[in-house]
Amino acid sequence: MTLRVTGLGHRFGLADVLADIDLELPAGESVALVGPSGCGKTTLLNLIAGLERPSAGRIDNGYARPACVFQQPRLLPWQTALDNIALGLKAVGVARRERERRAATMGLRLGLANADLDKFPHQLSGGMQSRVALARAFVLEPDLLLLDEPFSALDVGLKAELYALLLGEIAARRASLLTITHDLMEAVRLSDRILMMAPAPGRIVGEYRLDRPRGQRDDGWIYRTTAAFMDEPAVRAGFGLPGQQAGGSVVALASAAAGRAKDRP
Amino acid sequence: MNLLRAWFAGIPAYLWSGWGALASLFMFLALWDWGSQIYGDLVLPGPLATFVQLGALVDAGAAWPELAVTAKRALTGFALSLAAGSVLGLLAGLSVTASVMSRPIVTVLVGMPPIAWLVLALLWFGTGDATPVFTVFIACFPIIFVGALQGARTLDGQLKDVAHAYRLPLRMTLSDVYLPHVVSYLFPAWIAALGMSWKIVVMAELLATPDGVGAALAVSRAHLDTAASMAWIAAVVGLLLTAEYLVLEPIKREVENWRTAL
Ligand SMILES: Nc1ncnc2c1ncn2[C@@H]1O[C@H](COP(=O)(O)OP(=O)(O)OP(=O)(O)O)[C@@H](O)[C@H]1O
Ligand SMILES: [Mg+2]
Repeated sequence: MTLRVTGLGHRFGLADVLADIDLELPAGESVALVGPSGCGKTTLLNLIAGLERPSAGRIDNGYARPACVFQQPRLLPWQTALDNIALGLKAVGVARRERERRAATMGLRLGLANADLDKFPHQLSGGMQSRVALARAFVLEPDLLLLDEPFSALDVGLKAELYALLLGEIAARRASLLTITHDLMEAVRLSDRILMMAPAPGRIVGEYRLDRPRGQRDDGWIYRTTAAFMDEPAVRAGFGLPGQQAGGSVVALASAAAGRAKDRP
Repeated sequence: MNLLRAWFAGIPAYLWSGWGALASLFMFLALWDWGSQIYGDLVLPGPLATFVQLGALVDAGAAWPELAVTAKRALTGFALSLAAGSVLGLLAGLSVTASVMSRPIVTVLVGMPPIAWLVLALLWFGTGDATPVFTVFIACFPIIFVGALQGARTLDGQLKDVAHAYRLPLRMTLSDVYLPHVVSYLFPAWIAALGMSWKIVVMAELLATPDGVGAALAVSRAHLDTAASMAWIAAVVGLLLTAEYLVLEPIKREVENWRTAL
C-alpha cells in the first residue's frame, strides 16, 4: 500500500500550476506539505484525491480507503451535522442506526456537543464546521488521510486536543497522512517528513526529515526544530523571509536541533 | 412518510403563529365592510352579504360543481407545466449553451400577456376544456422553467467534489447532493405557478367556457348581480388561501428548514 506520484504536472488553461512533482507516501508515514499561498498545494491534493485529471505524469494510489478534508468545510447545508459526518458511511451502505451511532461517537470525540449534532451547518461556528468536516473523514477509518489546512479555524486548546487525537488515530491503524499547512509548528508536530513547495510552477524544492518518533516530541523539541526549520535557506527563500539572521539566539537554537532536522538530498 | 408526519405535528404551532395573519385578514374585512357602507350594497356588497350569498350558492348545490370543474382545469394545466417546466428547465440548466439560448425565449414567454394566449387558444381549441388548460399551462411554464434552470445552473461544483471524494453512488449523489439544492429553487417556483394557474383559469373560463367559476362570474355579471359576483370571488380567493396556508406553506417550511434558523 503506497502512493506514488511521478513526473506530475498540471496546468489550468495556459498557466503551469504544477511541474515535475515526485512524491512517495508509504503506509504509516506522515508527510506535511508547506509553501507560500498559491503555490499549488491544494491542486496537488485534489489531483491525488482524483478530483482532477493531471495534465502530465502519473499518480498510483494504492490505498483502499482514502479520505479528504478540504480547505473549506464543504458540508451539505441541508443536512444536520450528524448526517454530514455519516455521509461516507451512508455511501458504503452502513445501516442508519449504526452509522448515526458511529457518527455521533466521532462527533463527540472531536469536541462537538450532542446539541450541535442536530444543527444545520449554518448554525455552527466556523471551528465547529471544520470539526464536522474532520469527523466526516475520521469516521471512515481511512488508510490515507488528505488534510488541507484542517486546523486553521481552531483555537490553540482545540488544536492540541485534535493533534493528539489525529496522531492517535493514524498510529493505531498505521494510516498515512498528507497534511497541507501554513503553520510550520504544526508541520513539525505532525509529520515524519516536510516537503517545501515553491510557486510558478509549483514544485518541491526541499525535503526535510524529522527523526524523532511522533509520540516522543515535547514542546521544547518542537519549538527548537521549528526555529531550525525556519532557518533553512530554501524555507526562508520560499516564504520570502529576509536573508538568514546572524543573531545569536536563533543560530544557537538551530545548531541545537541541527542533527535532527537534516536536509535530505 | 416523514414529511407527512412533520406536517401533522406542525399544524398546531403553525395555526398559533397564524394569529397575526388572521388579525390582518379581519382588518381587511373591516375595510371592505366600511367601503360597502359608503357605496351601498349595489356597488360593493359587504362581507356579510357576500358570505350569505355564498352560503346560498353552496346550499343550492351550485358552488361545488363549478369549483370542482375550475380546480380540475387549473390543476391539469399546472401539472402539465410542472412536469414540462421542471424537466426542460433542469436539462437546459445543465448545458451552458441551452441556458443561454433559452433565455430570450423565456423572456418572450414571460412578457406575453396571458389574455393574448387566451385569444390564440380560443382560435386553436374553441370553447372547451383545452382552452383554459392550455392558457394555464403556457402562463405557468416559464415560471417553473426559470426556477428549474436556476436550480441546475447554481449546482455547487465544490459539493460535487465532496460527493466524488466520499465515493457517493450516483443515486445518493442525486438524492443527497443535487436534489435538495434543486428543490430549494423549484419549490418556490411551483407555489408561484400554482397561484398563477388559479388566477388564469378563472379569466380563461370567463371568456371561453360554458361552465366553471369564470363562467358563473360571467353570468352574474350579465345579470348585474354584484352579490353573486362577490360570492364567487370570495370562494375562489378562499380556496387559494386555504391551499396556500394549510398545505403548501407547511410543506415549504419543512423542505426549507435547513435555510432558516430553527
Ligand atoms: N480551478 C482553477 N482554475 C484556474 N486556476 C486555478 C484553479 N485552481 C487553482 N488555480 C490556480 O492555481 C494556483 C495554485 O492554487 P492552489 O489552490 O493549489 O494554491 P494553494 O497552494 O493551495 O494556496 P493556499 O495556500 O492559499 O491555499 C493558483 O495560482 C490558482 O490561481
Ligand atoms: Mg490551498
